[in-house]
Amino acid sequence: MPPAVPAEAVLLPPRTQVGPIGWLRANLFSTWYNVLITLLILWLLATVLPPMARWMVFDATWATTPQACAKAREAAQAIGVRPGACWAVIPANLRLFMVGTYPVGQGHRIGAALALVALLGILTAFRRFRGKLLVAAWILSFPAILVLLHGFQGSAILPLVETTRWGGLTLTFLLAIVAIVASFPLGVLLALGRRSSLPVVRLLSTVYIETVRGVPLITILFMSSVMFPLLMPGGLRVDKVVRAMLALILFSAAYLAENVRGGLQAIPRGQYDAARALGLGNALTMGLIILPQALRAVIPPIVGQFIGLFKDTSLVAVIGLLDLFSIGRSVLSNPNWLGLMTEVYIFIALVYWVFSYSMSIASRRLERRLGVGVR
Amino acid sequence: MSPEPSGPPAGQARVAWWRNERVLRVLAQVVFLLAVIAVAGLLYANVRSQLRARGLTTGYGFLYGQAGFPIGEGIEYHEGDPYWYAFLVGVVNTIRVSFFGIVLATILGTFTGIARLSSNWLLRKLAGAYIEIIRNTPLLVQLVFWYFAVIIQLPVVKESVVLPGSIFLSNRGTALPLLAPTAAFSAWLPFAAAGVILAPLLWRWRMRRQELTGQPGRGLAWAGGALVGLPALGWLVAGQPLLVELPEIGGFNYAGGLILTPEFTAVLIGLTVYTAAFIAEVVRAGIQAVHVGQKEAARALGFHPGQTLRLVILPQSVRVIIPPLISQYLNLAKNSSLAVAAGFPDLFSVAQTIFNQTGRSVEVIGMVMGSYLAMSLFTSLVLNLYNRRVRLVER
Repeated sequence: MPPAVPAEAVLLPPRTQVGPIGWLRANLFSTWYNVLITLLILWLLATVLPPMARWMVFDATWATTPQACAKAREAAQAIGVRPGACWAVIPANLRLFMVGTYPVGQGHRIGAALALVALLGILTAFRRFRGKLLVAAWILSFPAILVLLHGFQGSAILPLVETTRWGGLTLTFLLAIVAIVASFPLGVLLALGRRSSLPVVRLLSTVYIETVRGVPLITILFMSSVMFPLLMPGGLRVDKVVRAMLALILFSAAYLAENVRGGLQAIPRGQYDAARALGLGNALTMGLIILPQALRAVIPPIVGQFIGLFKDTSLVAVIGLLDLFSIGRSVLSNPNWLGLMTEVYIFIALVYWVFSYSMSIASRRLERRLGVGVR
Repeated sequence: MSPEPSGPPAGQARVAWWRNERVLRVLAQVVFLLAVIAVAGLLYANVRSQLRARGLTTGYGFLYGQAGFPIGEGIEYHEGDPYWYAFLVGVVNTIRVSFFGIVLATILGTFTGIARLSSNWLLRKLAGAYIEIIRNTPLLVQLVFWYFAVIIQLPVVKESVVLPGSIFLSNRGTALPLLAPTAAFSAWLPFAAAGVILAPLLWRWRMRRQELTGQPGRGLAWAGGALVGLPALGWLVAGQPLLVELPEIGGFNYAGGLILTPEFTAVLIGLTVYTAAFIAEVVRAGIQAVHVGQKEAARALGFHPGQTLRLVILPQSVRVIIPPLISQYLNLAKNSSLAVAAGFPDLFSVAQTIFNQTGRSVEVIGMVMGSYLAMSLFTSLVLNLYNRRVRLVER
């Protein structure tokens, strides 16, 4: 047994190296330039944050009527200070922001659609329910939701709701989800086309992908809104929302094709050779060996693309659809809420941010989990 | 000796044409091409008949008509100018805002990317917060925020916000100091040009000398000396070539200096701040992609930290950074089309006005898409050539 060391003989690390002081030294004041940077940032935060907090929280009006805001503004101007934020505009128009001008009596249909998605989501979370049936349920849920929201002419249970009344965050999500799901088959075909050994197929796929990727989304939306009526036979009228969806699908497919192509390129040659050796033909090799592996590898970039698309749907405002962003602009044109640009745009940005950021965190977690399976 | 029998050799069955892979490949392509042509032809016929039904003609003749609408800013333009010239004004505006946006976003993005890896906790977190906030909100919302909630809300010219360096901010735009040429400018210009041309030549000569002799080439000192020394000599010989013109507040607007319109300012800030967040991530990934062993090996060879970063880490990370950086530049150029939301007359905004006046959908869309495609292809061509030069030469 080693001799016991007296407690006072054990030298503790210097107090400047451990604990909070040690942390401060290591992370904020390690070198002379880090001291300088830290002080500069602290000064910057001290000048910027207090006025911001005053405007956003302490001087803000939280009532839900425009009159309360006007009163607060007058009171502030009377004593010569800058009025705080008027958050009243958000709760007063919350319904508009969320579902647009969807008929008031029919709100339960959006609730039902949300419940359906939530149910499928919960089922997916349990490993034992996962399977082909659940995949089919997910795929079938999209047309089901579209029918549920649209309804039928003259139906008593599901009366028709014109797509012009669709709007707000609901429309934003609908556009993004439909675009990413429906562009999937087209994107995979384009990716295969670009890697095809047939020169004509390869050339045409490449031309399509590069053309779409070379122009801004706004021009494709513009084209869908002004040129689509010309492309349809006999002046067939296509719904405005459907036109925007088609534009987003055509746009998204080109980007999806490039993502999938990245996954295809990551598959080693040995997989093709092994499939050949087992006697599989071209189609079977693709469908059973290559695509399943390639698609699994590109799930993270596809989630990233979905986040981008979710943000990009704000562009449909340019062709007159009433998505979340566009609703914000129409709220601002209401005489009651004039001049509240900062409040409304901050709220809209916050909504986009909450969804995009949580999706990107989920995607990072997914990436880590998928990475475990990589051999 | 009998002649070789013609036809397939005995024992090997002739492959039927519908099983012959070479025939099938050609056939598949022909069928695919025909299908594409059929769809395209159908759409073309629809457009033709629709246009005829609406009594519209096609062709680019309308471009010579008088535009008659005002354009807020850009190169010299009058309302009487033809449509094609109005469109050109929009193209130049797009190129202008994209160019400055790319330059500023590269600078801001590089610094933010390096700050993200800083040893200073506060700086690291601040850079991270900036990147996550900007990347997860739509650019369109950011642009209208900058324009309607920031720039337009600035005080009037008389009460301009003054930043150090004589930068004035107000709701009429931004005023910056301008370098104005004096009478001696043309006499000084040859000296400056000689410096600019000579510097890279000197650099290359000194560097080759260093490789041949092993003596320090001091290329940077030689090239920098030429770049600074020759224009300075010109200043002594010809007199002061440039004058710093400071903006001044005069009545309802600024006098002198370089004045940027509120729209241009908002779009430039919006595009720069947005793209810089993406570039920062590209730069961070590029630096992290260089293996730690590289740094350790350089230190073991006696390089000091500055040399390690400059001679070992950065040259290798540039190779990783360039390809994604190219796509960020292209994104910025394409995103500049959102300037229409802030009232900046870029090429898309002007094209939309032309379409509203003339109703020429097909032609206008062709012009817009053609312009963006040409710009994208040109930019990626130039940058890909550069990429080829810095790319790792694999042996």
